[in-house]
Amino acid sequence: MTFDWMKIPYALLTLFIVLNYGLLLTALVQKIAARAGRRHGIPIWQNYVDLLKNYALRTNITHGVMYYLGPVFRLSGGVGLLLFVPSLYGSEVFSNLSFAGDLILALYFIFFGTLGMALGAGESGHPHAAIGVSRGLSQVTAAELPLALAVFSVALQYHTLSVTDIVAAQQGGIAHWTLTTNPLAVIAAMFSFLGSMMRPPFDVVLAPQEIPIGPPTEYHSSYLALMQTNRAIFPVAKMVIYMNLFFGGATSWPVFFLKIFLIYMVSALVGVVFPRFRVEQSIRWFLTWAVPVGVAAILVV
Amino acid sequence: MKPDDAADPRLPVKDELKKRIVKGPDGFEFEVDPLQDYYCDARPEVRPGSYVRIVEDLFNWARSESLWILGFGTGCGAIEMRPLMTPRFDAYRYGIQWRPTPRQANLFVISGYLSVKTLKRVIRSYEQMQNPKYVVGLGSCTINGGMYWDSYNTIKKLDEYLPVDVYIAGCMPRPEALLAGFEELKRIIRAGKAEGANLYAKNFDWYKANQKRVIHDWDMPDYNW
Repeated sequence: MTFDWMKIPYALLTLFIVLNYGLLLTALVQKIAARAGRRHGIPIWQNYVDLLKNYALRTNITHGVMYYLGPVFRLSGGVGLLLFVPSLYGSEVFSNLSFAGDLILALYFIFFGTLGMALGAGESGHPHAAIGVSRGLSQVTAAELPLALAVFSVALQYHTLSVTDIVAAQQGGIAHWTLTTNPLAVIAAMFSFLGSMMRPPFDVVLAPQEIPIGPPTEYHSSYLALMQTNRAIFPVAKMVIYMNLFFGGATSWPVFFLKIFLIYMVSALVGVVFPRFRVEQSIRWFLTWAVPVGVAAILVV
Repeated sequence: MKPDDAADPRLPVKDELKKRIVKGPDGFEFEVDPLQDYYCDARPEVRPGSYVRIVEDLFNWARSESLWILGFGTGCGAIEMRPLMTPRFDAYRYGIQWRPTPRQANLFVISGYLSVKTLKRVIRSYEQMQNPKYVVGLGSCTINGGMYWDSYNTIKKLDEYLPVDVYIAGCMPRPEALLAGFEELKRIIRAGKAEGANLYAKNFDWYKANQKRVIHDWDMPDYNW
């Protein structure tokens, strides 16, 4: 098997673009949410400053090996998710390291960071972190069910587990998108999307006012900065999957930026309208509303 | 509170903090010393900034533009911080955010009077924050006791217990005064003069002696991170 070494700088370029886009996008969405509350919100460059400040702290303390590895796992979950699916369809440079069975790997990577975080936060020894992680894992697991069902439905529909092939099948306008051809799967996946973006009504896990900030309670300085980096990359990576599976993928960066922004706005708009669910409420919501749609998507296809 | 109170015998240590033998669920017995086991009591050290001036200036700029306040209202002045989050004052646009945990915060706003009981929690929270960290004294009562000057259980000069970077006078100061105070703090940070954490480490013994003079039930390690 031959490996094209140029793929590595290409992948790093993708990572660089997505990191900067993610940092600006999350700040922009926070600004939009602030505008809904009649505030100005943070400056658009605030994420860069916070990141720099956290990397520049002079002291940090550790609680052990897993405490170190937690943010590393989290970041590798985000980066892995991004790099194993094509960012731009049909582009030699930005198709990254995608391969035939990458859909299954992507599903795994979505969960990977959360698990790493659970180990790291558990080792921090803070009771809030442990409670936060158990709440987070319950909610993410419940939110993952409809997504898995939707992904299986899409895989059945296109008879492939390759994201590139699924994007290829959707080319040629909105009538060919999964959104049109398999709307039930898209609805189930978008329900799951709301649950995994850590915005209201499903943000009880990380909400500062709840169990103080949940899993990252003990994380600070460069550990926290690693997690902030991931918080810029991971949502974009996840939305790349959604874009590829359901919304026809992207063939150029402007289309990519626009589609990702619009997908994010679904979660942002729901977030500014609805109040926060408790964990058991959100799990019940996923099982009552999202999972049946996912099952129906599989039955119909 | 008289200074010579320090000579008084300490209040007895609480039962749950005494050293004891605990039997685990698997029948294994082990010794637990709550005051030693769960905390690091290593002394703080002076941490110099980056050796390259321009890098340290950049870091100081980032620190000044990203003030994360510990969400810990110590006195009545805390009520003046809440409006800062609202549309009317909206401190977020100045890079000021609130964090619920001392680990992630780098600015401690002592909001108003400090009772001795709260001082104990304040010290522990302050010590868990990471270097560099800043303290803002809000209200006259942090400067000289203010209207609590003859109270039996509040401290008078905050600066004797924690290194304070900026005082915001008033009883209470308005949210606008807070914003002005934060802008002043930013100027101090950018000038590289907000080295409270290093000051605390350097004069550690002096601060500890002052703290122990007023806190009689000192049932915690001398330093917890």
